[in-house]
Order: sequence, then C-alpha cells, then structure tokens
Amino acid sequence: MNSYIKNFMKYRFLLVELVKKDITLKYRRSYLGILWTLLEPLLTMIVLTIVFGSLLGNKDPTFPVYILSGRLLYTFFSNSTKAAMKSIRTHSGMIKKVYVPKYIYPLASVLSNYVIFLISLIILVVVAAVLKIKPSIYLLQAFIPLLIIVVMTFGVGLILCTLSVFFRDLEYLWSVALMLVMYTSAIFYTPARIIKAGYGWLLEINPLYSVIMNFRNAIYGQPLDNRALMISLGFSFAVMIIGMIMFVKKQDKFILHV
Amino acid sequence: MNKVVIDVKNIGMRFNMSTQKVDNLKEYVIKTIKKEIKYNEFWALKDVSFQLKKGERLGILGLNGAGKSTLLKILAGVLKPTEGSYSATGRIVPLLELGAGFEKQYTGLENIYLYGTMLGYSRDFINEKLNEIVEFSELGDFINVPLKNYSSGMKSRLGFAIATVVEPDILILDEVLAVGDAKFKKKCEKKINSMFDKGITVLFVSHSLPQVQRICNRAILLEKGKLIADGSIEEVSALYEEKTK
Repeated sequence: MNSYIKNFMKYRFLLVELVKKDITLKYRRSYLGILWTLLEPLLTMIVLTIVFGSLLGNKDPTFPVYILSGRLLYTFFSNSTKAAMKSIRTHSGMIKKVYVPKYIYPLASVLSNYVIFLISLIILVVVAAVLKIKPSIYLLQAFIPLLIIVVMTFGVGLILCTLSVFFRDLEYLWSVALMLVMYTSAIFYTPARIIKAGYGWLLEINPLYSVIMNFRNAIYGQPLDNRALMISLGFSFAVMIIGMIMFVKKQDKFILHV
Repeated sequence: MNKVVIDVKNIGMRFNMSTQKVDNLKEYVIKTIKKEIKYNEFWALKDVSFQLKKGERLGILGLNGAGKSTLLKILAGVLKPTEGSYSATGRIVPLLELGAGFEKQYTGLENIYLYGTMLGYSRDFINEKLNEIVEFSELGDFINVPLKNYSSGMKSRLGFAIATVVEPDILILDEVLAVGDAKFKKKCEKKINSMFDKGITVLFVSHSLPQVQRICNRAILLEKGKLIADGSIEEVSALYEEKTK
C-alpha cells in the first residue's frame, strides 16, 4: 500500500499534465475557447426548456434549473465514462514505451471532465439567481452528491476501460446503455409522472438518478433523501472496488491487446 | 563500484498468438463454447539470466527477432515477464524510439512538461532544467511551434534532450542513435560519454557493431530468445560477426 502511495506521489505531476492537456486541447482551436463550457449547457437548457416546458406544458417557473442540474450531472457522467473507457487505447503509444502506473490514464480522463463540469456549475448558479431560487443552508450539502458522483464515475470508468481493452464492441454498447441511463434519470421530466404510471422502480434502480435527486434537493433547499444517499453511496463504492480489482488484475495484459 | 544494479533471473516471456483474431464478444463466446480458440505459444525469451554491476555498459546483440527489444521492454517495466524475476535499483530512463510520448497538438515547450512528467520528473525539476533542455535540443524559436510541424530530426532532438537531462542511474538505449544528422549524433554520443564518467549503467541495443563497440564494455548475445553468450565486448562481438556471416 505504501509503495502505491509513493508511486502515485511520483507521478502526480503527470496526472496534472494529462488533465491540463485534455482541457486545453478540447478548446484550443475554437474561437470562444473555454467559454463553451458555459455556453453549451446554457444553449441545451434553452432548447430543452422550450421543448419540455413550453411545448409539453410544464409551467414551473424554475423548470430551467431543474433541467440544467440534471443535465450537467448526466453529461459529466456520460462524457467521463466514455473518455475513461477509451483512455488506454488513446494512450497506447505511451503505454508501449514508458512505464507509468496505468490507472493514471482513466483517472485523468475523469478528472479533466470534472474540472470542466465544476466550471460549468457557474452557469447553474447564474440561472438559479436569475430565476430567484433563494440559497438555503441545505445548499451546503450539495458537495455530498458532487463527491459521490466522482467516485461512481471513476469506478464505472475503470470497469469499462478494463473490459474495452479486450472487447472493442463495448464502446458501441455503452453509448446505447448511456441513452437508457439518460431516459431513466428524470432529467427533463418530473419523477411524479413516471411514478404515477407505475414505473417508479426504474428510477430507483438507477443510481445516477439518486445522485441527481439529492443534488436538486440541495439546490431547492430541502434535506437530502436518505434512501437515495444510501443507494448512491453503496453503488459508488461497490463499482469503485470492483473496478480497481478488475483493473489491477488485468493491467499487465493491456499492452498485448492495444 | 561493484554494486549489482540489475539482476535478471530466469526471465521468460511467452506470447499467445491466436491463430484467428478474436476481438468481439460474439465471436469470443461462440468460439469459447466450441473450444475453437487455439493459441500458438511463442517464447520470445526463455530462461535469460544475467547481472549488471554499476558502471557497466552492456551491449545486447542478436539478429532480428532474437528478443532484444522484448528484453529491454521488460527491463523498462513496460512488459511483465511470464516467468522469472528481475530487480533494478536506481532511476531507469528508457530511450526507446524517441518522442513516443509526445502530443502532436502541443508545442515543444508544453511537450517538455508532458514528457518530463511521464518520465517521473517533478514540475519544479523541469522548470529548473528548462533552459538546458531547450539549449541542447537546438530548437530555438521552434520551441513554441506545435509539434505536428516538426521534422523527425527535431522531434528526436527534443526527446533526447528531455530524457538525458536527468542523469539517470540506468539508461536504456534502443537504436536511438540512428536518428539525427551526424553533428547531432556526435553531440549525443558526447553527452552519453560524459554520463559514463559519472558511473552510469547502460543497456544498449543496436545493429551497428562499431557503435556498440565504441559505447559498451560488455555484451550479451541472444538467439531465438536464449542467451548464448555473455562476456567482454571483444569476445561476444567476434561471435556475433561469425553468426552474421
């Protein structure tokens, strides 16, 4: 264990460099650059509000905040798991030449997306202020779902990344699975509608929904839902441990397959 | 000076070469059920042992496919051997195909930090040595140009400059001195020679026998994954010359 920490400390500079690389290269050739982290969610929020609010008749004036909070978390989850899954293949050139602890690559993918996600939270604050949602003491609890989702994403990313080295097909399967996750996360509809139709269990088995729900509770000034907290915590640590075991067991074989 | 820095014990490396390539799940499941996946075992290295003392400069000779690069990859920690074990003390810097860890979109300067941290240097250390690296690479103003616009000579100059700035304990060289113009080649050899004086241990693979003879003082000869000779550079290179006839 001690040698793991020592090794990590030695390569922490590389982790920082990789995170920086992901972020700078993402926006390097665009005119608005890093501003897109704010603009992109704002524009999709407007579109989704028009479609699901005005056209399909959701009259709640804070509906844009509801959509934006859900979508930001989902986008982070989906982008980072996809990036982590491909990270070993993208860095295959380095893996074949220089020894580096390999978990650095999926970890850097998740962290760079997390930085972008945290920056884009600014737009959520702005929209919430414009729509006059008053911050309450419960807002301080927002950091709990925000931490849980990193653990969850890294765990899922590790599992996907290990499997996809051996089965490239997973990259396609995962985009389909992500679509399923999106529709069962209550991003642009209220859960009441789906619960009334008798499909409430769909939301309950989706741990990402538990995170989104608690994040919204914090924003709207309500206490965290304990059940959702337990579900998301349990799931996150389970995938994290499974992911780490899988990754460590298979990492020496990566080089033979990439 | 008699400290053993590299200890290789009975290393073997097996590759499974599947007769058909299976890379999707459906095929894999079907073929596992039908027990159709057959592997051809191939031992790239078998039962290789040697020890290297501090300050020794080992040339690894052998024909194509003898397992030289596989051995270097194991020593660099990139590949894990199927059997046997090895231990190394001190900082190992591999110079395998210069510039493998570079990012094309990045400028030379940004790549110094990326590649440097990949070799395990700290940020402060790179800041401190930055001028030295830029100077040695002779890139001048090109240091702020994206790497995709570099010539291959420029890339290898930058790679060599970053990797050797640290003065490693063990340096692994794989055919790297074949690149660059004659002037830069001389400069590289001079730099390596200056490191010899500080007691660096070197592992060197090259097909150019004169170069090996110039740099190394000991050699091993590999043939089809087996170690067939280990001794002074004169003895082993004589044997190697006989083999290549």
